[in-house]
Amino acid sequence: MASKGTRDSFGEALLDLGSKNQNVVVLDADLSKSTMTLAFAKKFPERHMELGIAEQNMVGVAAGLALSGKIPVLTSFACFVAGRVEPIRVAAAYNQTNMKIVGTHAGIGIGEDGTSQMGLEDVAAMRALPHMTVLQPADEAETKQVVSWMLSHQGPVYLRLTRQKMLDVHSASYIWQLGKIDVIFEPAKKPAKYQATIVASGGPVTGAMEAAKSLEAKGFSVRVANASSLAPFDDDAIARFAADSQRIVTVEDHNVNGGLGSAVCEAAAERGLGVPVVRLGLRTFGESATPEQLYEKYGLAAASIMSACLKNL
Amino acid sequence: MPNMPNTTAAAPDVDCKSLARDLRVDIIRMIEAAGSGHPGGSLSIIDILTVLYWKFLKHDPKKPDWPERDRFILSKGHACPALYAVMAKRGYFDKSLLSTLRKLDSPLQGHPDRLRLPGIEFSTGSLGQGLSVGVGMAYAAKLDKNAARTYVVLGDGEMQEGQNWEAFMSAPKFGLDNLVAIVDHNGGQIDGQVHDVMDLEPLADKLRAFNWDVQTVDGHDDAAVEKALAAAQKSGGKPHALVAKTIKGKGVSFMEGNIGWHGKAPNKDEADKAVAEILNGK
Repeated sequence: MASKGTRDSFGEALLDLGSKNQNVVVLDADLSKSTMTLAFAKKFPERHMELGIAEQNMVGVAAGLALSGKIPVLTSFACFVAGRVEPIRVAAAYNQTNMKIVGTHAGIGIGEDGTSQMGLEDVAAMRALPHMTVLQPADEAETKQVVSWMLSHQGPVYLRLTRQKMLDVHSASYIWQLGKIDVIFEPAKKPAKYQATIVASGGPVTGAMEAAKSLEAKGFSVRVANASSLAPFDDDAIARFAADSQRIVTVEDHNVNGGLGSAVCEAAAERGLGVPVVRLGLRTFGESATPEQLYEKYGLAAASIMSACLKNL
Repeated sequence: MPNMPNTTAAAPDVDCKSLARDLRVDIIRMIEAAGSGHPGGSLSIIDILTVLYWKFLKHDPKKPDWPERDRFILSKGHACPALYAVMAKRGYFDKSLLSTLRKLDSPLQGHPDRLRLPGIEFSTGSLGQGLSVGVGMAYAAKLDKNAARTYVVLGDGEMQEGQNWEAFMSAPKFGLDNLVAIVDHNGGQIDGQVHDVMDLEPLADKLRAFNWDVQTVDGHDDAAVEKALAAAQKSGGKPHALVAKTIKGKGVSFMEGNIGWHGKAPNKDEADKAVAEILNGK
């Protein structure tokens, strides 16, 4: 069941789709071994630009390539690439260039390298930019479809990927759709009202599944939804969950401000849904430890998700 | 070839001096009408833009998305009145639009916006980004075996942005001899003289040390600019840089070298005086 990091699936999809589409140009900032673009770089050296440790220049170069008809895919760690907010604001969003920004090593899930290497505010920054599509797939099947969509879409995209291995939560027949939240776990017996609907994205999806299954075994009805499309966001799904759930629990490996938790609250407030939203995620920086230890300490593991579904509000 | 746009071949008969004189008047009147804008840096680049747009740039104002065109990026976007004056004269849009600069719904934004004005290659205004974009365009041209060249005009104050140095570092690695960076070295920026605010010297030596083919030129001597740009057409694997010595506010005595005119519009009297001076060929 546990398969691979979504960065690995991205690397495979890029090699495959980049072989078919000669316009794809991959840009790196000295992390191609980590962002999984190395295979592409080796196979298509002329369509690979190694730009060294200079991310803001990489963003600008990507804009120039895009404005000349190429499909630039630029990669680095989420914190390093999405940290160049202003160059991205101008060169990607304001100029509406067709660049694909890929940030790997999302969140505290990277573990031992610690805070400076953890993308924890990247979604907030990218969601605030007009014209930017923000995506975070949960498993291999979803990642491959998302990469395919991203390369065919005209416009800037931010793709957020994990280092840690992710559970396969989608069936082979799953079809990804932009702007849709999909339910990935339902209790066997459909209740009149769910105790909670967990809306998870990225790294914590695995723990959310585990939490919902444990709760079902204890007699609670909790479902899990996967939000891979963070912008545009599926406000309609939140309205459906608000109507049949006692609460919504959001789980993200990112700061709760500006990320998934915010997106859910915005949808709930703007539509006057009146559903309590419990936001799990970072409210501070991370630190060094194993990913498992950090998910426990910072409330993203199954145990924390279970208590968020049941605790008195 | 059918459907071949009218490209701008070198036009040896064009008198860039008199053209630039008229364009200076347009710059002053445009900024006067807008009530705000940047005359100093517009007047310092106008001679360079005139030589570029009439003698070098391969382009077609009626077909601004022609794939074979040369690319021009005004990285120092605040000097766009100069570019707008050139584009109007070149036929990208009607000259009457110049008086709409900085007004609601005008395609002539306070800084150039490619999505509002065809012919603008990249929306600039945030300093330090244009050369990186030029590197991407020049690399794409190499990939496509497209003979198009990319020209980027930067400000000297703008050279304080770290991204420029990343871009200068990257272009030689890819052998981008189809890329020309022109630094408008007028010596002034908002907070004072460039050498006081954050000195760049020795600028030409620094660019040489970054493995660029570098020339220093008087940016107001159209013949010298033409000669330098001609030399910058050669291949050989190195990108080309021109350090153009210029005068902020060039052509208007009370603006020349005066930082106060970096980002201030002349009132009617000042504009009239400036125009009279320009037309008298001072």
